This record gives sequence, structure tokens and C-alpha cells, in this order.
Amino acid sequence: MFRTFLVILRRDITLAMRRRTDVLTTLFFFVIVASLFPLGVGSEKEMLRFLGPGVVWVAALLASMLALERLFASDHADGTLEQMMLTPQPLSVLVLGKICAHWLLTGLPLVLVAPLIGLQYHLDGMPLAVMMLALLIGTPVLSLIGAIGAALTLGLRGGGILLSLLVLPLYIPVLVYGSGAVAVSTIDLADVQPFMALLGAFLVLALAFSPLATAAALRISVE
Amino acid sequence: MSLAEDVTTAPQQTAPSAPHLPARLEVEGLEVQRGDRRLFSNLDFMVASGELLHVRGPNGSGKTTLLRALCGLLLPQAGEIRWNGEVIRRLGEEFTRDVIYLGHLNGIKHDLTGAENLRVAAILDGDAVDDAAIWGALSRIGLGGFEDLPTSVLSQGQKKRVALARLLLTGARLWILDEPFVALDVKAVGLLESLIVAQVARGGVVIMTTHQEVALTSGTIRTLDLGVAGQPQRG
Repeated sequence: MFRTFLVILRRDITLAMRRRTDVLTTLFFFVIVASLFPLGVGSEKEMLRFLGPGVVWVAALLASMLALERLFASDHADGTLEQMMLTPQPLSVLVLGKICAHWLLTGLPLVLVAPLIGLQYHLDGMPLAVMMLALLIGTPVLSLIGAIGAALTLGLRGGGILLSLLVLPLYIPVLVYGSGAVAVSTIDLADVQPFMALLGAFLVLALAFSPLATAAALRISVE
Repeated sequence: MSLAEDVTTAPQQTAPSAPHLPARLEVEGLEVQRGDRRLFSNLDFMVASGELLHVRGPNGSGKTTLLRALCGLLLPQAGEIRWNGEVIRRLGEEFTRDVIYLGHLNGIKHDLTGAENLRVAAILDGDAVDDAAIWGALSRIGLGGFEDLPTSVLSQGQKKRVALARLLLTGARLWILDEPFVALDVKAVGLLESLIVAQVARGGVVIMTTHQEVALTSGTIRTLDLGVAGQPQRG
């Protein structure tokens, strides 16, 4: 079973490396959206520090949304998705492999580039570290939840808009606690812990249920 | 799962030329609707080891839909499909291990090479095949020299051949082929025909749609005509 997971993970990463533009667009979208705010609202230090956590998280949500549509679409279009359903492997394991690859390609780069964004908002030291940690725990949740929506809207006309309407409300808890953690850390570092614990709980919950729900949704969509 | 385990749990899959265990597919009272159109209803038939079922019918008569229902991709409105006496939905992975489906879509990634495509497919199918077997299959199917090229540079017929190369590697007992001869040249058609004959001869089951005549040297050909009543039924 683990072998199946690794095969899919490696396959999707190989595919993405041969078509790097898809990965880079997500990353640049994140950087550009997050950089527009300081230009728009002015460079006042206190205001930027206040806005920073929320803006970075909203940019991360949108960037993650942008990449979701492609999660199953190309496999659906060339028939590899239905071939996956006909293999004697649990579909949820295959799906988990695809989601992990998706996060490594679109979520992890956001985490790594976050310090650069943080500096624009005068976030440094501990708040910046907290932001990276929160993104590290939070972005996999975005990929996991988003996969359910991507599977449900697969093959629909105008699926992209529907996907946003379906998935963005479900991102709210991650947004609230993710940006909350960073905001709190600028006041007192000790208060960060419950936010992180909740984000971790979301991750465990999503990890347990999302692959099953996504697999069920894919069976309906492919039919 | 280690490679060694694969070999011990699926010995027949390491040698695709070995005879298959007897198997049969039964269909009872099958009914499928697409939208508000009933494609067929009360469909009964049976195919067993060493038999080929040739599904015929005009365009739009539901051939592809029937094949997709038979491999479990599509849930029929009514009726049962049984593999060796067990309903396929209940068999789950035990059934999918036994079936290979080649549809209108080739099911290959265009950014991967032919060999990479086959390797991924073989591992997911649980077939224990090594690189030598994969390269052997590609050269037998007429893609010698193209193994290491991304399939996006191949022609339509060559892409189809990459998909067909899976037939050389699989140990599946049930082959479901939807218009397998489309886009193939004369030589490839001949090769595919010989593969189908061999599969039937060693006790496999083949279900296919094609608009050309099928000839077998051994085994039985059954035909199933869809949409012969002429008008599609409204459901």
C-alpha cells in the first residue's frame, strides 16, 4: 500500500518537474498578491504589522485555490484517472498520494517563501517563525479540503468558480486560527500554543477523512 | 508492500503466457440510463473462459456505456454483473485485479515516456514486472527506439500502442477493449489480433467492440447486438 502511495507521489512530482510553469504560477501569484497590499495601503509600520498575518493567509488560500483545479483535471482528461480506479489498489491511498504531491508542489513553496513576504509587513523574529510554522501545518489542510471540492466539480463546466464557492467557506477555520496565531505571537508568544494545537487537530481530521471523501466523490464524477 | 511479496501472492502474473484459471462473467437484467434516455434494459448474457464477446451496434447504441458498466466504472440502474458468481461491486479489488480496460482514452501521461507510463501502470496493477519486461513489451508492440521519448511526441497510433503494450504485461483474466483497432496500422492490427487470440486460447475472457470482423483460431465468439430494435427507448 505504501508502495502505491510512493509510486503516485513520484509520478506526480516527475510530471510537475517536466511542466514547471504550473508550479511557478502558483508561487508567483502568492508573492504578487501579498506584495500588492503594502503598495496599496502605504508603508506605515504599525498598520502593515497589523494587516500582515491576515493578508498572507488570504493570499495563501487564493494561491492554493488556483492550483486545485488541476489536481485531478489532467488525469481525468487523458483517462489515467479511470485506469487508477480499475487498479486493485485502494483509491483513497492513490488520492492521498496525489494530494501529498500537490502540497509538496504548491503548499510547501509558499511556506518557504513566507519569510520574504513577512519582511514586507515588518514581521521578523518569532512572529515570522510562527507564521512559517502555522503555514506548514495549515497549507496541507487546504490541499486536503480542496481535494474534496476538486473531485466533486471534476468535469463540470465552470467548475473553477463552483470550486471556489464550495471550498473557500471550508477554509475559514484554517484562516481564522492561522492568522490568529501570527497576530497573537506579536503580543505574547505563550498564547500561540492553543492556535497551533487547533491547526494540528484540523490537519489530523482532514488527513483521516479527506482521502475517503475525495475517493467517493471521484467515483461519482467519473461515472 | 515489497517486490518479493508481489511475486508470491500473484505467481500467475509473472508469466502472462501461463493458462488462466476458469472464470465467467454473468450479466442479468442489466439496465443503464444516460440522462433520461434508456440505452438498454433487461440485458442478459454470459461469457466464460476461452470465449470472446463481440459487442455490436450502431453509433450511440450504448456499447461504450455497457463496457464501462461491466468493468465497474458506471453503476447500472438495475440488474447485476457477476464475476465467478459474485457481484462485482462486492468483489471490489479482487475484481479489478482480474480486469484490464482499454477505452477511447489511452490512459497514458503525455509528459512521461512510454516505459515510465508502463512502469506506473504495472506497479498499480500489482503486476511484478521488471524494466527488461517493459522494454521487451514496447519493442514487441513496435515501439523499439521510442521507449525513452515522452509520449507527447508520438503519433496517435503510437500512443495507442503504448496503451496496448499493457496487454503484454498484465495477468488479467478479463480484457475489456473498446474499439482497440482504431488508429492502428495493418501490422499493429495483426499483432493485436494475435494477442486477443492468445488470451482466448489460454482461457481468458475478452469483451470488445469493433466495427470490423473478428476471427479466432480457437475458442468461441459470441456476439451481442445492441440497439437492434432500431429506435432508442425513452425511459
